[in-house]
Amino acid sequence: MARKKVYMVSGGVSKFTKSRQDRTFQAIVKESYDYALKDLKLPAKQVHEMIDGSTASYFSDHFTRQLMAGIMVQDYLGLTPRPSHRVEGGGATGGLNFQAAWREVASERMNLCVAYGFETMSHVNTWKGNEFIALASDISFDFPVGGFYSGYYAMMVTRHMKEFGTTPEQMAYVSVKNHRNAMYNPYAQKSAKLTVADVRNSPMVAWPLTRLDICVMSDGAATTLLADEDTAFQLTDNPIEITGVGTGTDAMRMADRPHKDVVLAPNEKAEDYVGDQFHGGKLKYPGIHSFRAGRTAGNMAYKMAGITNPLKELSFVELHDAYTSSELQTIEDLALAKYGDAGKFMESGAAFMPNIDYGLDFTGEQGTLPINPSGGLIACGHPVGATGLMQAVFAFWQLQGSQPRHFQAMGMDAEKAKVLQLEDPHKGAIHSHAGTGTYVTVSILERPKGQELEFRR
Amino acid sequence: MKTNPNAKLDEDWKSLDGTMVLNIPFPEDWTDDELKRMKPIVVKFPYQVNYLHSYGQDSPWFAALSNGQLLGTRCKECGFTTANPKLACQECYTPNSTEWVKLPMEGKIHAFTVCYFGAEAFLDQTPFILGLVEFEGVDTLMLTRIVGLDPEEATLDWIGLEVKAKFTKLTQIKPTDVYFVPKS
Repeated sequence: MARKKVYMVSGGVSKFTKSRQDRTFQAIVKESYDYALKDLKLPAKQVHEMIDGSTASYFSDHFTRQLMAGIMVQDYLGLTPRPSHRVEGGGATGGLNFQAAWREVASERMNLCVAYGFETMSHVNTWKGNEFIALASDISFDFPVGGFYSGYYAMMVTRHMKEFGTTPEQMAYVSVKNHRNAMYNPYAQKSAKLTVADVRNSPMVAWPLTRLDICVMSDGAATTLLADEDTAFQLTDNPIEITGVGTGTDAMRMADRPHKDVVLAPNEKAEDYVGDQFHGGKLKYPGIHSFRAGRTAGNMAYKMAGITNPLKELSFVELHDAYTSSELQTIEDLALAKYGDAGKFMESGAAFMPNIDYGLDFTGEQGTLPINPSGGLIACGHPVGATGLMQAVFAFWQLQGSQPRHFQAMGMDAEKAKVLQLEDPHKGAIHSHAGTGTYVTVSILERPKGQELEFRR
Repeated sequence: MKTNPNAKLDEDWKSLDGTMVLNIPFPEDWTDDELKRMKPIVVKFPYQVNYLHSYGQDSPWFAALSNGQLLGTRCKECGFTTANPKLACQECYTPNSTEWVKLPMEGKIHAFTVCYFGAEAFLDQTPFILGLVEFEGVDTLMLTRIVGLDPEEATLDWIGLEVKAKFTKLTQIKPTDVYFVPKS
């Protein structure tokens, strides 16, 4: 099937913070929208007029206490009467929205589509917020038992530990990395120079996950602009192509998931999961230790983008690290390490930035495939409907080589603003994830061959 | 509504509880810039409903719990057996193929955690142990509370521990009507 080429041409993020009482959600989205529109060759007003329609993402009607919030953004942005619809799928809401906008352009229904997303989670206290989020678990069988997402993820952790020998210290490496990276990202909600001991000594939330293993709640918004080839090059000299789009699902309740054969990635063989190291001589899958939806989404995106060895072919990954443990699980789903090996992969240093001193000893080469160079959800925050779009914006700036300029625009000094810009990134993957692994999206962004980076180290 | 011409527009004021709002600062002579710098007004109100939730086709599972029994479902076609009811088989698409079956009253801990925090509704119960229990001959797990282990002594050795079902004396028609305790 001939499919129209789709490019990302621009993006904007309204800095995520704990609380934005100074603006309503429409006005927060507009901040990111205005930023995206002014980062193009044509005047913002003209770009605004060229937009054919939008896709809107926000997760929880409980947090907004406002139904049809999407249309209120659409009219505030002055995009009525152009087409729009809401996209929702738990934590993957933003990633699903990015793909919805991709479909609008790939299907030739639109030449220029804006995907905007937001969440304002500060309207209730943290524990009521946790309750609202836990309503994204089965309210007959799961929520009443002790509905708490950190609890659900912690059960996956204990199983992953039992199954594969993963340790809380390996998880803590993720927290050290993401908080440290975020010191060079002015958009991050949190940043810190931490040690493994700091993470382990932080207050226990759900054994063995501590407060520093878990992302925080945020208010924020993000916008991405997607276009067909003609429109893309009319708007910018360095658009980034979206070459792969994958989506997977799994049962709402992790307890309901089967224990069968591994869904293999292109770089894996069935024999990889047979042997004495697995309980019963063979890995049972997905169980609760792995995300079949993530594996499915990754495989689909890799196939479309022609990627057969993601570890070698990707330059970086921005993935949904709502928990340090889910970063490890996702590394395996995305076939960057075999199932069971993500803990060791983290210790190897491969997932760290090559140019930052983390104060850790690595067992291998540092920085061969940076994961969450931006700081991820753990540091940047997780205003659900915006999160997947934020990842797209960071990946886009990274591939454009424009990140230092955008970070400086946030007031960061020039030297510091360059730190997270990779040397020669070609392909990046973004990964958005819902529930206990219910909806997962993976999209591949690629710098067109021969297109120069805006900033080269 | 009374206005207070002397109040500064950019000063912080507390959340306002309820609808009796007096003395919101607002000068008689204002400029556009002053209004755009104004601190947000935050109003607070309760948000509560009585909600009717039907367990629908899954109702027998809860009725069984209230009578000290554990039920699951099994697909007559592919044999996939679930610890929580699935009146449609999720593994093979065969309409109306699942039947109610009795579950064993004993199982093993497959995974667990100790929750030190939680959703607001459960905060006063912390720390509590959440567990997933596996049963012989059953393909899926059951989410439950584990009682009778010391939350402060969490260890991976709990995984694989044999546990048995106990039922609360007073039923609440909730999945917490059953909980599991160590078998010995």
